[in-house]
Amino acid sequence: MHLMYFTEQPMSAYPADAGRDFGATALMFSNRFFDPVAGSRLYNEYLEHYRIAEDAGFDGIMLNEHHNAPFCMQAKCNVFASILAAMTKRVKIVLLGNPLPLADNPVRLAEELAMIDMVSRGRLVSGFVRGGGQEQLATGVNPAYNRERFEEAHELIVKAWTQPGPFRWEGAHYQHRVVNPWAVPLQKPHPRVWIPGVLSKETIIWAAKKRYPYIALSTAIDATKKIWELYDQVAAETGYAGGPEYRGYLQRCHVAETEEKAMENARQFMWMQGEFTGLAHPVWSSPSGYFSPSYRQAFVEYAVGRRSNPRGAAFDDQIRDQQIVAGTPKTVIPKLKRLLEETRPSILGLWASDGFVRNEDAKTCIRLLGQEVLPALREIGKDLGLWSPFEANAPVSLAFPDSARPAGAAA
Amino acid sequence: MSWISETVSIAGVALRIARAGSGAPVLVLHHDVGKPDHMPFYDALASHFSVLAPSHPGYDGSERPEWLRNVRDVAVVYQRLIAERDLGPVSLVGLGFGGWIAAEMAAMAPRAFRRLVLVGAMGIKPERGEIADQALVSYIDYARRGFADQGAFDRIFGADPPTAQLEQWDLNREMTFRIAWKPYMYNPTLPHLLGGLATPALVVWGSDDRIVPLECGERYVKALGRARLSVVEGAGHFVEMEKPDELARLVVDFVNAA
Repeated sequence: MHLMYFTEQPMSAYPADAGRDFGATALMFSNRFFDPVAGSRLYNEYLEHYRIAEDAGFDGIMLNEHHNAPFCMQAKCNVFASILAAMTKRVKIVLLGNPLPLADNPVRLAEELAMIDMVSRGRLVSGFVRGGGQEQLATGVNPAYNRERFEEAHELIVKAWTQPGPFRWEGAHYQHRVVNPWAVPLQKPHPRVWIPGVLSKETIIWAAKKRYPYIALSTAIDATKKIWELYDQVAAETGYAGGPEYRGYLQRCHVAETEEKAMENARQFMWMQGEFTGLAHPVWSSPSGYFSPSYRQAFVEYAVGRRSNPRGAAFDDQIRDQQIVAGTPKTVIPKLKRLLEETRPSILGLWASDGFVRNEDAKTCIRLLGQEVLPALREIGKDLGLWSPFEANAPVSLAFPDSARPAGAAA
Repeated sequence: MSWISETVSIAGVALRIARAGSGAPVLVLHHDVGKPDHMPFYDALASHFSVLAPSHPGYDGSERPEWLRNVRDVAVVYQRLIAERDLGPVSLVGLGFGGWIAAEMAAMAPRAFRRLVLVGAMGIKPERGEIADQALVSYIDYARRGFADQGAFDRIFGADPPTAQLEQWDLNREMTFRIAWKPYMYNPTLPHLLGGLATPALVVWGSDDRIVPLECGERYVKALGRARLSVVEGAGHFVEMEKPDELARLVVDFVNAA
């Protein structure tokens, strides 16, 4: 198994009543409510949590990126990846992921990621995402070309990583006269690429066709099984067998010394009024051209309030469905066991705390996860044969059938 | 007024065109929100002129060409339409976003058009105000913003527009993003290309246009060689939807003037 630690890095020092008064806590909610003194404190607390997570035995630290909203302070995942590259020794640095369409310059991304890979001595996992609708608006990039930009940027980055320069790129969305970055990844053929997502069929199919592991983000168990059915079907059509080494899952999981404390802290997973990326006008999260045409009717109705949000379930429902797991290690382990048995991922991210969970409780959670939950998960993983891409020496992708290894290492 | 609807292929794009009337040819170019059916303004024009009302590529059922990238491309497609129909000197009436297209057409063919009418036209950057950004508001809120009188919106779109209308607004908005995302709703070079236009131009603005500031109308007049500004009191951005008779009178008189 590959067990990762994750936090959204919540900006938990923002005035929630101001957000409620404004009616939104994303995109347009003024950054005059962002207090950099608290921001500085929080960033340093999160760094300490990452140190503790590595010491506690996590295999990887998962990072992400979001903009313009208090639910997530990671405005640039490469910044934290760079910090972790120097600060940590053993854990994989797992970006889930760089929002490619937001990059007006994919070559710069390829360059930064190569630097991170080298500084970390080959511990980068470079996931890519399309970026949410709000992210397009926050960064000024065109949502109507989101999928095209994602695919072209991905192609350009992999080429920059794997084909010696200089070469020229005249694409539909990116044009570079000289691609020749003097920073290439340490891992060959290139760092592993994992693709996180929720339910978008197109993304699942794209990942499976590329033979990139897909990381399901906190989807309900039944929905998760359907994701793997689809992935495995496309894998078979593409000529390989799907299975645990292609499957990842992000689980909200808070442990504490008592059930009551755990449940109280777990309510913080709903701290953004149940809308995990913050309260936002529907047209911000789904600007025209961003979502698949097949969802158009549902989303236009949602955009004018004629239909309720297809996403958010209530806290108690999420506890019942195990989308949020909370308790002492003793009660949490069987729930995670059920997740592993039913959906068979080899990559598991534990999203440990959110919102206003106190610093001490966040650290206790990581400590308890490390001491009791991770060892249990590894045993279960062994029994179920949930070998991670690293353990299975899985190929990096369909295009490159080799597993990732450091430059200069024998094949 | 009986309108004929047809689909023609221009530059490989299947365009839906409505036409009616007889007399001097007038090309009417619609707003970014699209063109509702049965508008009195169009009927009024068609009782004086031969009116062609196409749906822009990617809007209202016209085919969306994947290759089309900006408003100037749309202007070229319409030049091709005019050339293929061999219509003689055409007058252009551009409504809002359609006004930007009309201005581009006139800029690239300074002697080709008989008259140019720009109504609440996008295309020039305001210096004091801003063109309202549709990306941040719902389809209904954006369309309502174009009206001074919400009752007029209700009469035209219904107080609660049906899902089919929402879907069309979303499709139209998607096309608008494809070709006018940024700079949003203007081309910084356009004012430099309108000077000394031989075509007499009338710029009409609603006094309560909350989408494109009146200032843009003033800038259009300044950029064009032979132009004047006419303000329609009590109208918002969709002047032809709110004050069809008044606008029709302005246009007919202007186009017919010697």
